[in-house]
Amino acid sequence: MSHSPVMRWLHRFGSLPYFYRVSRIWAWCLALPGLAMAGYGVYAGLAIVPPDYQQGDVFRIIYIHVPSAWLSLFGYTAMAAAGVVALVWRLKIAEIFIIAAAPVGASFTFVALVTGAIWGEPTWGTWWVWDARLTSELILLFLYLGVIVLHQAIESPRTAARACALLAVVGVVNVPIIHYSVVWWNTLHQGSTVRPLGGSTMETDMLVPLLVSALGFTLIFGWLTLWRMRAQLLWRERRSRWVTRMIDNER
Amino acid sequence: MLSVFWAVLQRDLWLAFRQRGAVAHQLLFFVLVVVLFTLGTNADPALLVASAPAIVWMAVLLSLLLSLQRLFQMDHEDGTLDQYRLSPEPLAVIALAKVLAWWTASALTLVIAAPLIGLLLGVPLAATWAMLASLALGTPTLSIVGAIASALTLSLPRAGLLLSLLVFPLYVPVLIFGSGAMHAAIVGLPYVGALELLGALLALAISLGPWAIAAALRVGQY
Repeated sequence: MSHSPVMRWLHRFGSLPYFYRVSRIWAWCLALPGLAMAGYGVYAGLAIVPPDYQQGDVFRIIYIHVPSAWLSLFGYTAMAAAGVVALVWRLKIAEIFIIAAAPVGASFTFVALVTGAIWGEPTWGTWWVWDARLTSELILLFLYLGVIVLHQAIESPRTAARACALLAVVGVVNVPIIHYSVVWWNTLHQGSTVRPLGGSTMETDMLVPLLVSALGFTLIFGWLTLWRMRAQLLWRERRSRWVTRMIDNER
Repeated sequence: MLSVFWAVLQRDLWLAFRQRGAVAHQLLFFVLVVVLFTLGTNADPALLVASAPAIVWMAVLLSLLLSLQRLFQMDHEDGTLDQYRLSPEPLAVIALAKVLAWWTASALTLVIAAPLIGLLLGVPLAATWAMLASLALGTPTLSIVGAIASALTLSLPRAGLLLSLLVFPLYVPVLIFGSGAMHAAIVGLPYVGALELLGALLALAISLGPWAIAAALRVGQY
């Protein structure tokens, strides 16, 4: 079954020492382009893109708000997928991914909520409103926090990771609710402007920095998660031979 | 498989009947929470009726949360849960039977007591039917989802608080549609749509929930 080169390449990531070695390079490969793209996206959003005909300069916060919101959904979906892998195939690397990604995803959710509130105050006249999308995004933040809290409450790392994997899988029901909330309920938050299959209702010169920023933020998410995974990995395997050998070599 | 379901259901109902004091405590808590909410407002009748959906549903939620720990605790302590895990019968079926028994003992009493609470809050008659229907459709979903979280936090310290934190975000859809149905009925709008959505959530919970409960019961026990 694992004869093909692709399967063999995939199977290597089950090995924690191999993953630890390879992830260092990957983290840098994600960090540098990610920071560059996010930096360009935010800079272009602030300085280059023309002001909106209706909102003026206030809309520029979109270049942080929308990528953060996309990543909060992406992060939880990735956690749920890793949860399925962890529960079915019991791969340690999937368990470590869930624990590592949860605080990063929670931070992006928080940034999305706060930048949304900052944007809402001058445009909607209110910091907060209990419309469908804002409420379901807040629920997503609580789901992330639930995963973090559950992990801290259970002593054994493997049991904790399996419990968090189950919680991530159960909570992923919320992600389609958030995505379709602006379709199912006609409340304050506006509908989707960017459609991946064409027909986006945003001008190209505003859309391109947004997409660049979103891609940059995604790479930053990957970088931060990989960094945390490496730390988690070392702590979990601190008594194993490859870790003790590595520490001795570095002394 | 059906005989196992029936056997576990009967056993848990008998055990709940022997502990009917606990059920009475929960009922008393439910009524007290509503009374405290009422006293917390200035008992203006219009305000009470308008906030009746929120008060009733929050009281139900809190009462259910308090007795969720009871669901698996006794079996966990005396080893019956280990026997269930080891049995050749599907753990999901056993879990569903336990949740049904728990719902009959805990939530059903609250649903039966709800019209009395509606009277206290001044809820009109048409809205009382909506309240009963929404509670009858919503509380089984709350039981199943709560059972997942209860199984995850089974032997942890401060399990009660952790259970509440985990379960509140998952309870939000039922709360929104349940109190939405009641609110629509009070105002005179059609509420069948919200009830249908509650039914859909119940269908989702009953079909997928027991497997999640079984998986949660097996976490940490290989």
